[in-house]
Amino acid sequence: MNRQKSIWIFGDYRNYYQNRVTLQLISKAVDLARIIQAEVCAVVFGHEVEEWIMEYTAHGADRILAIDHPSLTSYSTENYLALIEKLARERDPEIILIGATDFGREFAPSLAKRLKTGLSADCVGLDITDEGLLLQIAPSFGGNMLAEIVTEKYRPQMATVRPGTFKEIPHNYERKAIVERLPLMDKLPQPRIRLIEYERAVAREHTIENATVIVCGGRGLNNKNNFKKLDELAKLLGGDVGATRPVVYAGWADHNALVGQAGKHIKPKILFSFGISGAIQHTAGLGEAQFIIAVNKNPQATMMKMADVAIVADASDLLNTLIKELKKRIRD
Amino acid sequence: MLNIIVCIKQVPMVTELPWDEKTGTLRRDLAACMMNPACKHALEAALQIKEKFGANVAALTMGPPVAEEVLREAVALGANRGILISDKCLAGSDTYATSLILAAAIKKECPRCDLILCGAYTSDSETAQVGPQLAEELNLPAAAYVENIEIKGRALRVRRLVDNFRETLEMEFPALVTVSMEKYLPRYTTLAGLENAFVEGNISTYDADALGISDKAIERQCSRTRVRKVYLRKAQKENVVLTGTAATVVSEFLDKYENKISAAIGKTIEENEPGDHE
Repeated sequence: MNRQKSIWIFGDYRNYYQNRVTLQLISKAVDLARIIQAEVCAVVFGHEVEEWIMEYTAHGADRILAIDHPSLTSYSTENYLALIEKLARERDPEIILIGATDFGREFAPSLAKRLKTGLSADCVGLDITDEGLLLQIAPSFGGNMLAEIVTEKYRPQMATVRPGTFKEIPHNYERKAIVERLPLMDKLPQPRIRLIEYERAVAREHTIENATVIVCGGRGLNNKNNFKKLDELAKLLGGDVGATRPVVYAGWADHNALVGQAGKHIKPKILFSFGISGAIQHTAGLGEAQFIIAVNKNPQATMMKMADVAIVADASDLLNTLIKELKKRIRD
Repeated sequence: MLNIIVCIKQVPMVTELPWDEKTGTLRRDLAACMMNPACKHALEAALQIKEKFGANVAALTMGPPVAEEVLREAVALGANRGILISDKCLAGSDTYATSLILAAAIKKECPRCDLILCGAYTSDSETAQVGPQLAEELNLPAAAYVENIEIKGRALRVRRLVDNFRETLEMEFPALVTVSMEKYLPRYTTLAGLENAFVEGNISTYDADALGISDKAIERQCSRTRVRKVYLRKAQKENVVLTGTAATVVSEFLDKYENKISAAIGKTIEENEPGDHE
């Protein structure tokens, strides 16, 4: 068989996010494939998977390996492992990328072990080194540190990747891919794990500590009315409102909203910070915020220095404009 | 009586990371250490099972000699004994190697164990990989991120929340479960209990030879991954500064980061159509 190198993406489609992380990985794989002259191959298991075959093709996959069978209707680590292990042994992919969903982070380590290869977890960056190896950038210590990891001798090189790390390629339904519809293997493993119940969870009890998006405000918002606008932004983003100590003392916000040393330690994926200078009493609670957008008139403020994006502007003006613009653009 | 092994890890306290500016590495030797929080929850689950059904609970760890501390702590909390794997030649093991070594110790020390419990992930490397890989190594059925464990005879029923789905799974002993931090709130150790565990605690120690993992075998079976570089993330932040009128800055910001924000909020933010400006 012609030894065309292949980068595999596991098709994790169980809900919207997982659908997206697969598309994001296909997009990144297209970049990586160009460097190492490989094809991008999406692997999808399930029942009635035509929609996913179409989506993965439209978003950049060159080849799809699909196994469609009623016995694969619900997600099963055991079945999926048996199927992908067999395919990987037959076809010897160079790289396998898997979305770091809960499913992916249980599935990938088992697969790596079976294939006797390396795996890095929850990567926030991927690249190709000068030697042509997959460079895997993985976080540790609550995201405070990053490690650059390579799998030198063993194949495939494997990584799980955090959803939202890469941007998907816009779909093109004219695109064509080689679609291989493969039969179910002769014998699925004897199941050792029985799925007794399975239901979409009702929203988890919500607290600011486990909020994904938080909008924090400080004295730079000038008055209580301006501060209250944060509620509107939080609602648009499905997030929570946090506050600094002076704001809580001034009675603009409830004590429950206090973020910092004396208040809540938060770990949002996205933190908006409006009119906050960044005193240690506040920033001590932000160590695990993944992505910080700070708005302040003073570009030298500590909060602006520790932000991923620092917007130099009047906090209240910018807040109003952002709310207006998001209302136009957000599609549920 | 059930035989339970709880795998625990000693980790540096995240709030105090002595950082060597010159070499750009973490001075692990200087860091204050503790039992990894999720491992504490796993131990608590084991102790609750012990109280309800009777069980022999062994705590297992791999690390430098000082890692014995977390085994003493586990004994003080209620584990029957501790097993330490410590050998310089095992330092720097990745999850592939770690799961292989832990499996060797389990086969040697507790070949008839019914249930292996691990913390769902550690606070230092956060891979969440050792549990599933250990299950593969021992060829056991496994479930990760478990919130609740029920036992009926030889059957184990677990509940978990994964990717927004609530699942109940059932399997037979022997099995492996990784425990999340949702339930099983760890109990406290009394000082007297801790002192006693340091005097009388039953701890056995193995090196690579004693486990039958010779240098040669390690060479062949060792870590698959290699860490080339580690750095503080703060220094890596882009710190993009945006200036301009509120309208232009907001547009620029949303165009650039719509993907990131969309992923976090679970809604799509549309690209601004050219000519769509007011």
